[in-house]
Amino acid sequence: MARELWEGNQAIAEAASRVGLEAYFGYPITPQNEILEWMSRRLPELGRAFVQAESELGAINMVYGAACTGARVMTSSSSPGISLMMEGLSYIAGTEVPMVLVNVMRGGPGLGNIAPSQADYNQICKGGGHGDYHPIVLAPASVQEAVDLMPVAFDLAEKYLNICCILIDGSIGQMMEPVELPEMRPVQRKDFPWAVTGAKGRPRRILSSIYLDPPEEEKTNLRLLRRWQEVQEKELRYKEYFTDDADFIVIGFGTAGRVALSAVRAARAQGIKVGLFRPITVAPFPYKRVAELAQRVGAFLVVEMNAGQMLEDVRLAVNGSIPIEFYGRLGGVVPFPDEILSEIQRVAKAKLSADADPIANWMKRMEMVAR
Amino acid sequence: MATLMVPENLVYERPRSFTDAPTHYCPGCTHGVAHRLIAEVLDEMGLAERTIGVAPVGCAVFAYNYFDTDFVEAAHGRAPAMATGIKRVLPDSIVFTYQGDGDLASIGMGEIVHAAARGENITVFFINNANYGMTGGQMAPTTLPGMKTTSSPDGRDVETQGYPIRMAEMLATLDGAAYVVRRSLHDPANIRKAKKAIRIAFEVQDRKLGFSMVELLSTCPSNWNLSPVESLKWLEEHMIPFFPLGDYKVAPAVAELKI
Amino acid sequence: MPAKGWIQVNDLYCKGCELCVAACPPKVLALNMERLTPKGYHPVHIVKDGCTGCAICALVCPDAAITVYREVTKAAVPVAAGG
Repeated sequence: MARELWEGNQAIAEAASRVGLEAYFGYPITPQNEILEWMSRRLPELGRAFVQAESELGAINMVYGAACTGARVMTSSSSPGISLMMEGLSYIAGTEVPMVLVNVMRGGPGLGNIAPSQADYNQICKGGGHGDYHPIVLAPASVQEAVDLMPVAFDLAEKYLNICCILIDGSIGQMMEPVELPEMRPVQRKDFPWAVTGAKGRPRRILSSIYLDPPEEEKTNLRLLRRWQEVQEKELRYKEYFTDDADFIVIGFGTAGRVALSAVRAARAQGIKVGLFRPITVAPFPYKRVAELAQRVGAFLVVEMNAGQMLEDVRLAVNGSIPIEFYGRLGGVVPFPDEILSEIQRVAKAKLSADADPIANWMKRMEMVAR
Repeated sequence: MATLMVPENLVYERPRSFTDAPTHYCPGCTHGVAHRLIAEVLDEMGLAERTIGVAPVGCAVFAYNYFDTDFVEAAHGRAPAMATGIKRVLPDSIVFTYQGDGDLASIGMGEIVHAAARGENITVFFINNANYGMTGGQMAPTTLPGMKTTSSPDGRDVETQGYPIRMAEMLATLDGAAYVVRRSLHDPANIRKAKKAIRIAFEVQDRKLGFSMVELLSTCPSNWNLSPVESLKWLEEHMIPFFPLGDYKVAPAVAELKI
Repeated sequence: MPAKGWIQVNDLYCKGCELCVAACPPKVLALNMERLTPKGYHPVHIVKDGCTGCAICALVCPDAAITVYREVTKAAVPVAAGG
């Protein structure tokens, strides 16, 4: 198929509808409205289900209901809306039904703003809803990558009976880029052995997240955990740029990783031997690969549009073996490549210590920026 | 008299749409009557094989154990949203929610109002027993003025705790609602009327006529501190004056139904 | 002459709530204080002649514990089952 110019949110919506999406339930919130709007026209046109819900609570519980039938279903929202959805997400995780969530992050906390942010990494990767569960979280860095991950997200959700989240920010959601969309595929509802569809010619089925007997709930938790371990073993995705001969490596996901790539290229042009590691699965996080890289390079520079949330995962992987530096912009501020280039230049020259506190050092430098 | 117990003499037996499980409800609680009537109507209409129930959070949280149909268990108050999701992808199925007053009229107020406003083609059974039964008898949105509960120990003071909500009347104002009625389960005549309403509600859904809700005034002997029989009388004397029985919304297409 | 009826009460379900006892038109029901169900309730039973098989007991029973029989005669019309 030819490449066409598409807005990120619309491309994501169209890609989902082309890979068998049967139902979308959502609620308006900037900067993801174009997903809802696209679905409102596209899905009825295809004879599929679209409901603009009364709230994000309503939307996620409609998703929950549709997911219980085995239909391919998704919703989308942005930070404050995702907070509202946490109740339903926990129930969906506990009921072990598949769904896809597109999370277009914006600045927070609270009402925050509508600018691009990565401040909800912990919320989506580490839970947010109650109970022990782990959504699979994919963080694309371009519209094309987001489009390519849509079928992957549905497949992963259905394979592991889990929530699969496409984690982007307002810039990827709203930028226009040339993309190649997938071919239109027919809807194919899978005959899941757990789906509630009416007990015709079979024993009835019950889908629930309630296990009143603690040992039964423990079994359920262990089942979720075993599935999660399988995801950790089989489903890690990341991209590496110039890492083969790098002296040190920048680590960033999504938009921050993409901006960092420009900075890394500029630094390479100046002869600085720096690479980029960009995790695509941020949950599960590629701890093992980061640990391997830590054995080959002198330092990591973690770049995020938050106050160092993924940094904690990198520190966990590195376990104090090499120095880690951090550079973050907050509250909806997107770093320029020049800023990251300056950081790369600083790290290339600095005497670094594995004992240093990357957050404290970064905050000192931020005082200069913020002034 | 055991000689009478032959199939040709059978007048009434446990509905086929019930499982064999005994309910967890307290003795004399009319939740069980509501369950039984629903199961009887599912039998009569032959709907069980394409029915999906949505259980609430509250006393009826285990409703899925008692109906021999597919079932899902919703979060507190979200049953109408969950039912919407199911019905939109399986439009030919029969989807019903079964909710108490805390679930439907308090935490789930948004979901129920909008499901009705959208004319969602689902059936809602609303059990109004004027308190939160499962959690131990706290004040509900339906608790009567002056009524003592564990969280209104001196009686509901409308000055500080507000007034009860009449759900059937409220939802009847919405254009999307096709059939909204209130019935009671306190005596045989009213139980028969309740069953008729349940039948009509399922017919409305089966014919895709829109949103249907049957509110059922129900007893809570354990939390009311009354015997089951006294509870029936209390319901009749105190609840019905505040929550009048009747048909609050019967859309023209529903009025034409011949059942 | 009234129709002759009989009920069968399932011990698995009967919780001895007495709603049927109060509702029974010919007043032929009472709890059986000599017996306990497996759950520890005194189940209901017929204590005297006069059951007509009207099925009002089954209609008010919250536990679907009662099966009702009625001798087939021309006058006998099922009550509860007809809704």
